This record gives sequence, structure tokens and C-alpha cells, in this order.
Amino acid sequence: MTEDDKRLEGRRGDQASEQDPGSARRRRVIGTPPPAAARRLLGDGGTGDRPPAPVKQRELPAELPNPQRAKRAERVVALCFMISFLASAAFVACYVIFQVHSVDKVLRSNLGLGLAMTIAFLALGVGATIWVRHLMPQVELTEARKPLASSEPDRQAFAETFKEGAEASQFVKRPLLRRTLLAASTALAIAPIVLLRDLGPLPRKQLRYTAWRKGSRVVVLGTNRPLRPADFASPGGIITVVPEGIDNDLDALAKAAVLLIKFRPQDLLAPTVINWTVDGIVAYSKICTHVGCPAALYEHTTHHILCPCHQSTFDAQRGAKVLFGPAPRPLPQLPITVNAEGYLVAQSDFHEPVGPSFWEMG
Amino acid sequence: MSVDKALEGAGGFLDDRFRGAKSVRNLLKKIFPDHWTFLLGEIALYSFIILLLTGTFLTLFFKPSMTDVIYHGSYTKLNGVHMSDAYASTLNISFDVRGGLLMRQIHHWAAILFLAAIMAHMLRIFFTGAFRKPREINWLIGVTLLALGIVEGFAGYSLPDDLLSGTGLRILEGVLLSIPIVGTYISFFVFGGQFPGNDLIPRLYIVHVLLLPAIILALVSAHLFFMFHQKHTQMPGKGRTDQNVVGAPMYPYFMAKTGAFFFFVFAVCAGLSTFAQINPIWLFGPYNPAAISAGSQPDFYMGWLEGALRMMPAWQINFLGHSLALGVFIAGLLVLGVLITGLAMYPFLEQWVTGDKREHHVLDRPRDAPTRTAIGAGGVTFYGLLWLIGGNDLIARFFDIQLYWTTWFGRVMVIVGPVIAYIVTKRICLGLQRKDRALLEHGVESGIVMMKPTGEFVEVTRPLPEEARAVLTSRKEPLRLPAGHAADENGVPSPATRGVMGKLRVRLNHVFAEEIPLPDGHGNGHGNGHPELPAGAEEKPALPEGSGQSGPTGRT
Repeated sequence: MTEDDKRLEGRRGDQASEQDPGSARRRRVIGTPPPAAARRLLGDGGTGDRPPAPVKQRELPAELPNPQRAKRAERVVALCFMISFLASAAFVACYVIFQVHSVDKVLRSNLGLGLAMTIAFLALGVGATIWVRHLMPQVELTEARKPLASSEPDRQAFAETFKEGAEASQFVKRPLLRRTLLAASTALAIAPIVLLRDLGPLPRKQLRYTAWRKGSRVVVLGTNRPLRPADFASPGGIITVVPEGIDNDLDALAKAAVLLIKFRPQDLLAPTVINWTVDGIVAYSKICTHVGCPAALYEHTTHHILCPCHQSTFDAQRGAKVLFGPAPRPLPQLPITVNAEGYLVAQSDFHEPVGPSFWEMG
Repeated sequence: MSVDKALEGAGGFLDDRFRGAKSVRNLLKKIFPDHWTFLLGEIALYSFIILLLTGTFLTLFFKPSMTDVIYHGSYTKLNGVHMSDAYASTLNISFDVRGGLLMRQIHHWAAILFLAAIMAHMLRIFFTGAFRKPREINWLIGVTLLALGIVEGFAGYSLPDDLLSGTGLRILEGVLLSIPIVGTYISFFVFGGQFPGNDLIPRLYIVHVLLLPAIILALVSAHLFFMFHQKHTQMPGKGRTDQNVVGAPMYPYFMAKTGAFFFFVFAVCAGLSTFAQINPIWLFGPYNPAAISAGSQPDFYMGWLEGALRMMPAWQINFLGHSLALGVFIAGLLVLGVLITGLAMYPFLEQWVTGDKREHHVLDRPRDAPTRTAIGAGGVTFYGLLWLIGGNDLIARFFDIQLYWTTWFGRVMVIVGPVIAYIVTKRICLGLQRKDRALLEHGVESGIVMMKPTGEFVEVTRPLPEEARAVLTSRKEPLRLPAGHAADENGVPSPATRGVMGKLRVRLNHVFAEEIPLPDGHGNGHGNGHPELPAGAEEKPALPEGSGQSGPTGRT
């Protein structure tokens, strides 16, 4: 028995007193720590007779080199934690004080709650960092790495176990079982894919047509006001229109949005189809042929239509042909005319698909 | 003492049931190396946790529905306007739920931080060669996480169904339509019919709040488990080898540091959300396929795809009655596929070229792997240019440059830029290697010039301190093919170096192995004609003990 062990034995005597009333009971002053070294940490495992753990060299120092600095750091950390505590309290206070339901109030509430939350987290983080850096004794330890690969005997043992299992299962020996199992599981894995079929309808020819029909009245997007040629006072006007009656049908709107642009009749040049215009008013699809953003920017002096998403540029004067950018096709032109009441109407639907190109478009 | 009581009570209780004392002790004692770049992955992890917390809060109020409603609520400017329930409920979260706006903004900022941190973390892994054996699988998981993170982010910011995000979905439709043969069908199945339909938001919602987070969570767990199991890599330094790991134990050091770091990440997200407004959807208005605002920009991680779409020429092929929108297909899908696939394949390609099958646990300094660093710089340049052109309209406006010039600049530079970056970076790396060699051979300049009795002037140098020398000499000499694949005694070349692929491999290997060799014996300032100041540290002719493979004996 070493000296240490003897000392341990001695201390264990204290401890044992609780279980063993026969042993000498030493008085301990209230408030002093119990003889910790002898306590069996993690309990006694229910058996009550585990041997005491051997005393080892500690790996981490318990004391700091400079207790005064540590004391100072401790105060700073405690201050940080108190700030965090107060900020959390402030967070609750802000929740109660700042009401919402209007932009200004929401922004005030956001400022109050956010600030309190930021400070609460920040102070906690700062405190914890100072704690680690100034209150925990700095250590640098080295741990050995074992090679990641298993040892050769282990690998061999594994291979044997695996082979034995494979042989016992008869999987290797009986190709009929193996192949039918493979066939069955493959089929089962593939079969449920049909369930995805009902995710949506088949495209059929839906992308070829829009809500424009022969005689559809041209109405202004948003106000639904029908238009007459005389509503365009001077060349250069531009307005987004839709066929009458699509209201809030976004699916229809996504294909049917049209730009009406007023030119002087003589300014419209090929390949603009003049028969599809009315008194210099030309109608182009607003849906960019690149990836479908609304080509909404119009430069009055150059007659350029620009898509703000990817900057495809179309020449409104010349059949909306592509001047620059990634769009591969001109914006389709909608044939328009004037009906008996003098309103602008469509002669027909577009003669080609609007929007982004797709495989079946041709 | 309370620690003892807790151990006896809770610890004992648990150990009686799980027998964890030994394994958990080993876990507590696990050594974590320290370096600031190791925190980048942690930022990603903690922003993910913040996303889960704030996201759960948002689901309590958000209505993933495209049902048309007419708004009458706190944001009076939109009173009487038609919108989807999704958008109306997002307005409601912003204006009628106390703290709702804060949670929304923290969620959005955390998402941006999440992806930014993943990217930064990935660059660190790449440039230090941390993806090498045995960590290739974890690299693949990481690349998958990046891809999933981008999709998750896109799905998330599309949910409010505002004008900006709806435009993003419209672009998605256009890109899907460009897929050859099945594009139209895929688009109709995704949107449940024609764009925009009524199904997309509920579908995106379940993808965003359940499917992808579950997969990401599982992959993150695997990522961390592998990192634990294989032990963290370490930066080169004195006493750090491929056979050890030097640092502080997880308990209490790493736990406390990482806990503090979580608070910092949350503080940054909260601070940004307090002072920097993000995604003010009420200003954009509800989605309307006929409306758009100029300067529409996606979140930053989608910017490079946006840039690809913008700079791509208008290529379209028509044949046999079919249309192939090649430009859209390449920019929208192929670039993404190529970049992600390239990232995933890189560790295996490098291993093939270098023939290096050794385990690596000490990280490379980027200069010590000049070709890899140059490839990485090329990749970053490629990505960066795509990203930059994703905002070319803003660049044109703020810098008063012709818009089309920015596009042409992008078209040219996206090809030329990576090549320039490759060449320049490789030269810089080799230059830095030369500098290291000079330091090893001649030591550090002391600034003192001495005149010899013969009248000769010499500069006095100080040998490098051991710590610095350990870093500088950490480089492992690259394997050179056909070493081990040399011709046999009859002069027949090894099968590995024959054929087109074999020859290509040898050539690439020689490119990859280009380096400025370390001085013999790694130099110590002797015999180079320089007098020396007495060094503080005792000089040793070879490397410090324990540097194992990085020492001269470890060279292969």
C-alpha cells in the first residue's frame, strides 16, 4: 500500500461513517467541503463495494498563475453576464411596451427587441470568451492519433464473419433467389414513381395559347378600363394591357400581359406586321422570351424595350427583335384592331407561343 | 461540493443505465486544435440552429397558401389589394405579431450567414487540403450541404410570394422549360400546371420546413460525427504531426469557446436584423406576373446563377421541330451542375494526379500546394465573375458604365479571368516558397551590416525560431509519377503511365508537383557565408523532435 492509498483509506473512513454507524464519526465543520478525494464519483454503482479510484496526476491545472488578474477577469465576466441578464429583462419589457400594427410602431418594436436581444447574446458571448481566455488555465495537450484503418486481423475477422453470413444466407449460392429478389426490389423501387404523375396536368398545348381571343377587348392592367386609339394622345406612350375578363387569374395574366406602344404610323418598320397595328399602336407580349420576366422598361427615345431581370433588349420599332442580351426570340406581336364601338380589340391570339422557349415549341 | 453531488446523482443515474463513464470521459478529453479558420464551419452550424429556432416560430403564423385574398390589415397601403394568403400572412407576421419582424429578419440574415459560412468554410477546407484522405467522404457531404443549402434558401425566400420572390420563381419556370425533352413536363409537375398555379407555395413550404431541413440535419450530424471520429485536422506547427493532434480538451475549453461562439453568431444575426433591414416584402407588393421592379436582385447565393443567365449569349437551337433554349439551359442548370460536380470530384481527381494515398492530418499551407491553390483561385474567379455580373445593372448604374459593356466584360472575363488567376496565383505561391526557402537557408535579416577585417560587408542574420521553422518545413514533397510506376528492367513503362490517360496523368502530375524544393536538411543558416547572431533558441541541425513525417526522414 502506498502512502497515497493509506491516506485515501483514512479519508474513506470519514465517508464510510454514513453507511457504517460503527466507524468513528469525525466532526466536520458546517460549510467546509467534504473530503472530496475519497468520494466515489458516479455513485457506488449500487453495489457499494467498488475499490477507490487510484489517484492520478491531473491533466488540467486547477489554479491560475495570477490570482489577482483572475479576480479582475471574474468581475468583468460577472458584469457581462449581468448586462446580459438585464438585456433579457429589457427584451420582455420591450415586448410589453412596444405595440405593433403600423410601420412606425413595428420598426420601433424591432429596434427595441432586436437591441435587447443583441446585447443579451453579445454580453453572454463576450463574458464566456473572457472566462475561457482569462479564467481557465491555458493548456496545450497532445493526443495520439491511431491509424484510421483497422488492424489486419480485425479486417480478416470481419471478412470471415461477412463471408460466413453471406454463405449462411445462401445468397451467393442460389442465383435464382438473388435475381428474383433483385427484380422484385427494383420493380418496387420504381413503381411508386407513377404516383408523381398527378403532380400536375400534362402540358398538351397550353403553353401555345393565351387568354387572347378574336374580339377580346384590350383593357388596362389594374383598372380594367377599355382603350380607344384616341386614348394615346401622342407617340411614345406605353401601357400594360390584358384581355378583358381575366381579372385575378394569375395563370392567364402570366401569358397574356401585353405592352401597347404608340408610334407615329410611319415610324413602324419591318418586321413589324403593320396589319396587326392600329394607327401606329403596336402590341407586344410583355413576357420576356428569355425566362419570362415582364419586359417592363421602355426607353422612349430609342424605342428599346428592356427586361430588367437579364437585360434582354428588344427594338419596339422593328417587331421587337432582339438587340442585346440572352433572349433568343423577339417578343411576339399581338394582332390588334378596332371593333365597331371603337375599342381596341385583339384580332386573334398570338400567332406564336409567348414567354420562354420550350422543347415542343418548334 | 455540487460537482460531486451532480456526478453522484445524475451521472450515477445515467451510468447505471447506459455505462457511459469511459466513453463519455474519452469524449470530454478529446483534443480540439485551435485556429481561427476552424470557426467558419461552426458559424454555419450555429446559423443553422438559429434557422431552426426562428423558422419554427415563423411556421406558427405563416399560411402556405396561394388562395387569393383581399388584404385589410395594418399595412394600410395595401388595403383592398388582391394577394395570396402566403403574402398576407407574411405581412401579418411583420406588422401584427410582436417580434415577428425581428424573427423574420433574423431568419433571413441567418440564412445568408449560413450559406456565406458554408462557402468560406469550404474554401478553407479546399485551400488547406483538408479534403484529402481520409476526409473525402466528409468533403462530399459538405458539397451536398452547399447544394442543398442553396435550394433551401431559394425555397425559403420564395415562400412569402412577394413580387421579388415571385419573379425568382418565374425565372425558375423559364429555366425548367429549357430542359430538353422533359422540361415542359417537369415545369407542369412542379407548378401543378401552368405558372404560377395554386400549388407551388404549399409544395415549396413542405420542402422548405420538413424535407430539406431533415436531410440537412442528418447530413450535418454525419458531417460532425465523421469529424469527431477522424479527429480534427491541425495547422502545421512545432510538434504537430500526422500522428497526433495538439490542442485543448473539449471539456471545458472547446465547449466554452464554442458556446461563446454560438452567442456571438446569434448576436450578429440579431444585430443585423435590428439595424439592417432585409427583404422588406411590404415594399415589393404581392406577386403579379405582369409587374416587376428594376434592380431586382436575388439573395447573394443565387447571384452567380443570375449572372450566368445575364451574360449568356442568346443561343437557341431549332431542329426536327423542337426548340432547345441552350443559353438558358447552360446558364441555369449546366453551370450549377458543373460547379457542384467539379467540387465533388476534386479530391478524387487530385488523388489520381498526385498518386498520394497517404493519410493527411496536418494541413497544407496554400503556398505549399501551388497548383491546387491556383485551381482554387481560378474557381473563385469564375464564381466571383458570375456573381458580379449578377448585379451588372447596379454596377452600370453606380459606376456609370455602359450596361452592355459590363455584360461583354463578363462574357470575356469568365473565360479569361480564371486562367489569369491560375497563372498569377501559381507564381505567387512559388514566389512565397522561394521566400520560405530563403528564410530557411539564410535566416531572418537582422538589419545589421558588418564589415569584415578584409573590408567585405556582410549582413548579419538570425536563424529562424524553431516554431517558425516547423511551419515552413511542414511541406511534404509531392509524389512524382512515374515513381513507383517506373519502367521495368526491360524498359517497358508501367501500365499506369501508358495510354492517353496514363500520359495525361503523368503530365498533370508534373504540373502538380512543381515546387521550389526545400533546402537540403531544411537549412539552418550554416555555411552560407552569413555570420550569425547568437540565437535565443538552441540551434538544431534537423527538425524538432516529434515532427515525424514532416521531417527530412519522412520524405518519400
